[in-house]
Amino acid sequence: MELRGDVLLAILGMALVTYACRAGGYAVLRAVRPPPFAEAMLRHLPGCLFVAYCAPPLLAGALPAWLGALAVVLVQLFLRNIGVAICAGVAAVWAAQWALG
Amino acid sequence: MSERARISFTRHGVLRGARASLPLWIGMVPFGLVIGLLADAKGLSFLETVLMSAIVYAGAAQLLALELWTDPAPVVAATIAAFVVNIRMAPMGAAMAPWLDKLRGWKLWGTLATLVDHSFALGIAEQRAGGRDAGYLLGVGAGLWVAWVVCVGVGHLGGSLVQVPPGHPLFFASVAAFISILVPLWRGPRVDLAPWVVAGLVAISAHRAGLPVPLPLLMGTFAGASLGAWLELRGRGVPR
Repeated sequence: MELRGDVLLAILGMALVTYACRAGGYAVLRAVRPPPFAEAMLRHLPGCLFVAYCAPPLLAGALPAWLGALAVVLVQLFLRNIGVAICAGVAAVWAAQWALG
Repeated sequence: MSERARISFTRHGVLRGARASLPLWIGMVPFGLVIGLLADAKGLSFLETVLMSAIVYAGAAQLLALELWTDPAPVVAATIAAFVVNIRMAPMGAAMAPWLDKLRGWKLWGTLATLVDHSFALGIAEQRAGGRDAGYLLGVGAGLWVAWVVCVGVGHLGGSLVQVPPGHPLFFASVAAFISILVPLWRGPRVDLAPWVVAGLVAISAHRAGLPVPLPLLMGTFAGASLGAWLELRGRGVPR
Protein backbone atom coordinates (compact mmCIF):
# COMPACT_ATOMS: atom_id res chain seq x y z
CA MET A 1 0.00 0.00 0.00
CA GLU A 2 2.52 2.49 -1.18
CA LEU A 3 1.62 6.15 -1.65
CA ARG A 4 4.51 8.09 -3.11
CA GLY A 5 4.72 11.87 -2.74
CA ASP A 6 5.21 12.65 -6.43
CA VAL A 7 2.37 10.33 -7.47
CA LEU A 8 0.08 11.85 -4.83
CA LEU A 9 0.94 15.33 -6.11
CA ALA A 10 0.09 14.36 -9.70
CA ILE A 11 -3.20 12.79 -8.60
CA LEU A 12 -4.10 15.87 -6.52
CA GLY A 13 -3.29 18.13 -9.47
CA MET A 14 -5.55 16.09 -11.74
CA ALA A 15 -8.34 16.02 -9.14
CA LEU A 16 -8.12 19.77 -8.56
CA VAL A 17 -8.41 20.84 -12.21
CA THR A 18 -11.11 18.23 -12.84
CA TYR A 19 -13.24 19.59 -9.98
CA ALA A 20 -12.55 23.11 -11.26
CA CYS A 21 -13.99 22.05 -14.63
CA ARG A 22 -17.05 20.44 -13.03
CA ALA A 23 -17.91 23.04 -10.40
CA GLY A 24 -16.13 26.11 -11.80
CA GLY A 25 -17.95 25.87 -15.11
CA TYR A 26 -21.28 25.93 -13.32
CA ALA A 27 -20.29 28.71 -10.91
CA VAL A 28 -18.93 30.99 -13.64
CA LEU A 29 -21.63 30.38 -16.24
CA ARG A 30 -24.26 30.91 -13.53
CA ALA A 31 -22.91 34.26 -12.37
CA VAL A 32 -22.44 35.51 -15.92
CA ARG A 33 -25.60 34.97 -17.93
CA PRO A 34 -24.47 33.69 -21.31
CA PRO A 35 -25.75 35.34 -24.51
CA PRO A 36 -28.59 33.59 -26.43
CA PHE A 37 -26.14 31.97 -28.86
CA ALA A 38 -24.18 30.36 -26.01
CA GLU A 39 -27.40 29.18 -24.37
CA ALA A 40 -28.54 27.59 -27.64
CA MET A 41 -25.11 25.98 -27.93
CA LEU A 42 -25.43 24.45 -24.47
CA ARG A 43 -28.64 22.75 -25.55
CA HIS A 44 -26.80 21.21 -28.51
CA LEU A 45 -23.65 20.21 -26.61
CA PRO A 46 -24.70 16.82 -25.19
CA GLY A 47 -25.82 15.24 -28.46
CA CYS A 48 -22.86 16.63 -30.41
CA LEU A 49 -20.40 15.56 -27.68
CA PHE A 50 -21.49 11.92 -27.81
CA VAL A 51 -21.64 11.87 -31.62
CA ALA A 52 -18.10 13.31 -31.77
CA TYR A 53 -17.00 10.71 -29.21
CA CYS A 54 -18.50 7.77 -31.11
CA ALA A 55 -17.75 8.75 -34.73
CA PRO A 56 -13.98 7.97 -34.93
CA PRO A 57 -14.15 4.52 -33.24
CA LEU A 58 -17.23 3.63 -35.32
CA LEU A 59 -15.43 4.52 -38.54
CA ALA A 60 -12.31 2.62 -37.48
CA GLY A 61 -14.40 -0.38 -36.43
CA ALA A 62 -15.81 -0.80 -39.98
CA LEU A 63 -18.71 -3.19 -40.67
CA PRO A 64 -18.75 -5.04 -37.30
CA ALA A 65 -18.91 -1.72 -35.40
CA TRP A 66 -21.66 -0.38 -37.69
CA LEU A 67 -23.73 -3.53 -37.17
CA GLY A 68 -23.10 -3.18 -33.44
CA ALA A 69 -24.27 0.45 -33.53
CA LEU A 70 -27.39 -0.56 -35.49
CA ALA A 71 -28.17 -3.25 -32.91
CA VAL A 72 -27.77 -0.72 -30.07
CA VAL A 73 -30.11 1.82 -31.72
CA LEU A 74 -32.78 -0.77 -32.56
CA VAL A 75 -32.80 -2.32 -29.10
CA GLN A 76 -32.82 1.09 -27.44
CA LEU A 77 -35.71 2.26 -29.68
CA PHE A 78 -37.88 -0.75 -28.96
CA LEU A 79 -36.93 -1.75 -25.42
CA ARG A 80 -35.66 1.55 -23.94
CA ASN A 81 -33.13 -0.41 -21.89
CA ILE A 82 -29.51 0.76 -22.00
CA GLY A 83 -28.09 -2.43 -20.45
CA VAL A 84 -29.77 -4.71 -23.00
CA ALA A 85 -28.78 -2.31 -25.79
CA ILE A 86 -25.10 -2.41 -24.75
CA CYS A 87 -25.11 -6.22 -24.57
CA ALA A 88 -26.83 -6.44 -27.96
CA GLY A 89 -24.19 -4.12 -29.44
CA VAL A 90 -21.25 -6.10 -28.03
CA ALA A 91 -22.88 -9.38 -29.12
CA ALA A 92 -23.44 -8.03 -32.65
CA VAL A 93 -19.81 -6.88 -32.94
CA TRP A 94 -18.61 -10.23 -31.62
CA ALA A 95 -20.82 -12.17 -34.06
CA ALA A 96 -19.85 -9.98 -37.00
CA GLN A 97 -16.12 -10.27 -36.25
CA TRP A 98 -16.48 -14.05 -35.98
CA ALA A 99 -18.59 -14.33 -39.15
CA LEU A 100 -16.26 -12.11 -41.16
CA GLY A 101 -13.26 -14.02 -39.88
CA MET B 1 -40.29 22.16 -20.22
CA SER B 2 -41.44 23.57 -16.91
CA GLU B 3 -38.31 25.29 -15.62
CA ARG B 4 -40.20 27.30 -13.03
CA ALA B 5 -41.82 24.24 -11.50
CA ARG B 6 -40.66 23.34 -8.00
CA ILE B 7 -37.38 21.43 -7.96
CA SER B 8 -36.87 18.92 -5.16
CA PHE B 9 -33.97 16.79 -3.91
CA THR B 10 -35.19 13.59 -2.32
CA ARG B 11 -33.68 10.29 -1.21
CA HIS B 12 -36.13 8.67 -3.60
CA GLY B 13 -34.65 10.67 -6.49
CA VAL B 14 -31.09 9.69 -5.50
CA LEU B 15 -32.05 6.01 -5.35
CA ARG B 16 -33.88 6.21 -8.68
CA GLY B 17 -30.76 7.77 -10.25
CA ALA B 18 -28.55 5.07 -8.73
CA ARG B 19 -30.85 2.39 -10.19
CA ALA B 20 -30.77 4.12 -13.58
CA SER B 21 -26.96 3.95 -13.48
CA LEU B 22 -26.90 0.14 -13.09
CA PRO B 23 -27.19 -0.72 -16.82
CA LEU B 24 -24.30 1.65 -17.53
CA TRP B 25 -22.02 -0.34 -15.24
CA ILE B 26 -21.58 -2.83 -18.10
CA GLY B 27 -20.15 -0.03 -20.23
CA MET B 28 -17.62 0.87 -17.52
CA VAL B 29 -16.26 -2.64 -16.96
CA PRO B 30 -13.85 -2.88 -19.92
CA PHE B 31 -12.79 0.78 -19.58
CA GLY B 32 -12.21 0.44 -15.84
CA LEU B 33 -10.28 -2.79 -16.28
CA VAL B 34 -8.07 -1.17 -18.92
CA ILE B 35 -7.31 1.78 -16.63
CA GLY B 36 -6.49 -0.58 -13.76
CA LEU B 37 -4.22 -2.73 -15.92
CA LEU B 38 -2.48 0.33 -17.38
CA ALA B 39 -1.94 1.88 -13.94
CA ASP B 40 -0.44 -1.41 -12.75
CA ALA B 41 1.83 -1.55 -15.80
CA LYS B 42 2.96 2.04 -15.15
CA GLY B 43 4.00 1.10 -11.62
CA LEU B 44 1.19 2.75 -9.64
CA SER B 45 0.29 0.95 -6.41
CA PHE B 46 -3.24 -0.32 -5.72
CA LEU B 47 -3.80 2.54 -3.27
CA GLU B 48 -2.59 5.17 -5.75
CA THR B 49 -4.71 3.70 -8.55
CA VAL B 50 -7.90 3.57 -6.47
CA LEU B 51 -7.25 7.04 -5.02
CA MET B 52 -6.89 8.48 -8.52
CA SER B 53 -10.13 6.88 -9.68
CA ALA B 54 -11.96 8.01 -6.56
CA ILE B 55 -11.00 11.69 -6.59
CA VAL B 56 -10.37 12.35 -10.30
CA TYR B 57 -13.23 10.11 -11.52
CA ALA B 58 -12.81 10.83 -15.22
CA GLY B 59 -11.96 7.87 -17.46
CA ALA B 60 -10.68 9.64 -20.56
CA ALA B 61 -8.49 11.99 -18.49
CA GLN B 62 -7.07 9.12 -16.44
CA LEU B 63 -6.37 7.12 -19.60
CA LEU B 64 -4.56 10.03 -21.23
CA ALA B 65 -2.55 10.86 -18.09
CA LEU B 66 -1.54 7.21 -17.64
CA GLU B 67 -0.51 6.94 -21.29
CA LEU B 68 2.06 9.70 -20.74
CA TRP B 69 2.99 8.61 -17.19
CA THR B 70 6.70 8.63 -16.31
CA ASP B 71 8.86 7.97 -13.28
CA PRO B 72 8.96 10.27 -11.28
CA ALA B 73 5.28 11.12 -11.74
CA PRO B 74 4.62 13.83 -14.37
CA VAL B 75 2.80 16.28 -12.07
CA VAL B 76 2.45 19.13 -14.59
CA ALA B 77 1.73 16.97 -17.67
CA ALA B 78 -0.89 14.89 -15.86
CA THR B 79 -2.58 18.03 -14.52
CA ILE B 80 -2.67 19.67 -17.96
CA ALA B 81 -3.96 16.45 -19.55
CA ALA B 82 -6.78 16.24 -17.01
CA PHE B 83 -7.71 19.88 -17.59
CA VAL B 84 -7.78 19.65 -21.39
CA VAL B 85 -9.84 16.46 -21.43
CA ASN B 86 -12.26 17.61 -18.73
CA ILE B 87 -12.91 21.18 -19.85
CA ARG B 88 -15.84 19.64 -21.76
CA MET B 89 -17.54 19.22 -18.37
CA ALA B 90 -17.66 22.98 -17.72
CA PRO B 91 -20.86 23.59 -19.75
CA MET B 92 -22.54 20.49 -18.30
CA GLY B 93 -23.12 22.03 -14.89
CA ALA B 94 -24.47 25.16 -16.55
CA ALA B 95 -26.85 23.10 -18.68
CA MET B 96 -28.15 21.45 -15.51
CA ALA B 97 -28.73 24.88 -13.92
CA PRO B 98 -32.56 24.50 -13.80
CA TRP B 99 -31.94 21.80 -11.17
CA LEU B 100 -28.64 22.91 -9.63
CA ASP B 101 -29.76 26.51 -9.02
CA LYS B 102 -32.22 25.22 -6.43
CA LEU B 103 -29.56 23.34 -4.44
CA ARG B 104 -27.27 24.58 -1.66
CA GLY B 105 -24.23 23.30 0.24
CA TRP B 106 -23.13 19.69 -0.12
CA LYS B 107 -26.10 18.84 -2.31
CA LEU B 108 -24.89 21.34 -4.92
CA TRP B 109 -21.10 20.89 -4.65
CA GLY B 110 -21.37 17.14 -4.06
CA THR B 111 -23.59 16.66 -7.11
CA LEU B 112 -21.10 18.68 -9.18
CA ALA B 113 -18.25 16.46 -7.91
CA THR B 114 -19.97 13.38 -9.37
CA LEU B 115 -20.87 14.95 -12.71
CA VAL B 116 -19.73 12.77 -15.65
CA ASP B 117 -20.76 12.31 -19.28
CA HIS B 118 -23.24 9.55 -18.51
CA SER B 119 -24.86 11.19 -15.50
CA PHE B 120 -25.16 14.42 -17.47
CA ALA B 121 -26.76 12.59 -20.41
CA LEU B 122 -29.26 10.76 -18.20
CA GLY B 123 -29.88 13.93 -16.16
CA ILE B 124 -30.58 16.10 -19.19
CA ALA B 125 -32.88 13.41 -20.62
CA GLU B 126 -34.74 13.26 -17.28
CA GLN B 127 -34.92 17.05 -17.15
CA ARG B 128 -36.32 17.23 -20.69
CA ALA B 129 -38.88 14.57 -19.78
CA GLY B 130 -40.11 16.92 -17.05
CA GLY B 131 -38.24 15.42 -14.09
CA ARG B 132 -37.98 17.74 -11.10
CA ASP B 133 -36.02 15.69 -8.58
CA ALA B 134 -32.41 16.93 -8.68
CA GLY B 135 -31.37 13.98 -6.48
CA TYR B 136 -31.54 11.88 -9.64
CA LEU B 137 -28.35 13.50 -10.98
CA LEU B 138 -26.38 12.76 -7.79
CA GLY B 139 -27.78 9.20 -7.76
CA VAL B 140 -26.55 8.44 -11.27
CA GLY B 141 -23.15 10.07 -10.64
CA ALA B 142 -22.59 8.34 -7.28
CA GLY B 143 -23.76 4.97 -8.63
CA LEU B 144 -21.31 5.19 -11.52
CA TRP B 145 -18.58 6.33 -9.13
CA VAL B 146 -18.89 3.11 -7.13
CA ALA B 147 -18.76 1.03 -10.33
CA TRP B 148 -15.77 3.01 -11.59
CA VAL B 149 -13.65 2.65 -8.44
CA VAL B 150 -14.48 -1.06 -8.18
CA CYS B 151 -13.72 -1.80 -11.86
CA VAL B 152 -10.40 0.04 -11.79
CA GLY B 153 -9.45 -1.68 -8.52
CA VAL B 154 -10.29 -5.10 -9.98
CA GLY B 155 -8.33 -4.23 -13.14
CA HIS B 156 -5.29 -3.37 -11.05
CA LEU B 157 -5.59 -6.55 -8.97
CA GLY B 158 -6.15 -8.62 -12.10
CA GLY B 159 -2.83 -7.43 -13.45
CA SER B 160 -1.61 -9.94 -15.93
CA LEU B 161 -4.47 -12.35 -15.14
CA VAL B 162 -7.11 -10.39 -17.04
CA GLN B 163 -5.80 -9.91 -20.53
CA VAL B 164 -8.28 -8.41 -22.96
CA PRO B 165 -6.45 -7.87 -26.25
CA PRO B 166 -6.92 -4.57 -28.12
CA GLY B 167 -9.81 -4.72 -30.58
CA HIS B 168 -11.75 -7.20 -28.44
CA PRO B 169 -15.55 -6.81 -28.87
CA LEU B 170 -15.83 -5.97 -25.13
CA PHE B 171 -14.25 -2.58 -25.87
CA PHE B 172 -17.31 -1.77 -27.97
CA ALA B 173 -19.28 -1.55 -24.70
CA SER B 174 -18.24 2.05 -23.96
CA VAL B 175 -19.17 3.23 -27.47
CA ALA B 176 -22.42 1.26 -27.24
CA ALA B 177 -23.22 3.03 -23.97
CA PHE B 178 -22.87 6.45 -25.62
CA ILE B 179 -24.92 5.40 -28.67
CA SER B 180 -27.77 4.14 -26.52
CA ILE B 181 -27.70 7.44 -24.61
CA LEU B 182 -27.91 9.33 -27.91
CA VAL B 183 -31.24 7.70 -28.82
CA PRO B 184 -33.38 9.54 -26.23
CA LEU B 185 -31.41 12.78 -26.86
CA TRP B 186 -32.59 12.87 -30.50
CA ARG B 187 -35.11 15.72 -30.89
CA GLY B 188 -35.83 15.13 -34.57
CA PRO B 189 -34.03 15.79 -37.88
CA ARG B 190 -34.93 19.50 -38.05
CA VAL B 191 -33.12 20.25 -34.79
CA ASP B 192 -30.39 17.62 -34.53
CA LEU B 193 -29.53 16.12 -37.93
CA ALA B 194 -27.17 18.79 -39.30
CA PRO B 195 -25.38 19.48 -35.96
CA TRP B 196 -24.84 15.77 -35.29
CA VAL B 197 -23.54 15.08 -38.82
CA VAL B 198 -21.13 18.02 -38.58
CA ALA B 199 -19.99 16.99 -35.09
CA GLY B 200 -19.20 13.48 -36.38
CA LEU B 201 -17.48 14.63 -39.58
CA VAL B 202 -15.31 17.23 -37.83
CA ALA B 203 -14.31 14.71 -35.13
CA ILE B 204 -13.40 12.13 -37.78
CA SER B 205 -11.43 14.68 -39.85
CA ALA B 206 -9.51 15.93 -36.82
CA HIS B 207 -8.85 12.32 -35.83
CA ARG B 208 -7.62 11.52 -39.36
CA ALA B 209 -5.41 14.62 -39.30
CA GLY B 210 -3.64 13.05 -36.35
CA LEU B 211 -4.62 15.71 -33.80
CA PRO B 212 -3.94 14.60 -30.19
CA VAL B 213 -6.60 12.89 -28.09
CA PRO B 214 -9.09 15.41 -26.72
CA LEU B 215 -8.96 17.77 -29.73
CA PRO B 216 -11.09 15.76 -32.23
CA LEU B 217 -13.75 15.41 -29.53
CA LEU B 218 -13.70 19.10 -28.61
CA MET B 219 -13.60 20.37 -32.20
CA GLY B 220 -16.45 18.08 -33.31
CA THR B 221 -18.56 18.98 -30.29
CA PHE B 222 -18.17 22.72 -30.66
CA ALA B 223 -18.54 22.72 -34.45
CA GLY B 224 -21.82 20.77 -34.22
CA ALA B 225 -23.17 22.77 -31.28
CA SER B 226 -22.28 26.08 -32.95
CA LEU B 227 -24.13 25.05 -36.11
CA GLY B 228 -27.10 23.92 -34.01
CA ALA B 229 -27.20 27.25 -32.17
CA TRP B 230 -26.90 29.21 -35.40
CA LEU B 231 -29.72 27.27 -37.06
CA GLU B 232 -31.86 27.71 -33.95
CA LEU B 233 -31.33 31.46 -33.69
CA ARG B 234 -32.18 32.09 -37.32
CA GLY B 235 -35.55 30.52 -36.72
CA ARG B 236 -35.13 27.03 -38.05
CA GLY B 237 -35.26 24.01 -35.79
CA VAL B 238 -37.28 25.27 -32.86
CA PRO B 239 -36.43 23.31 -29.69
CA ARG B 240 -39.08 22.03 -27.38
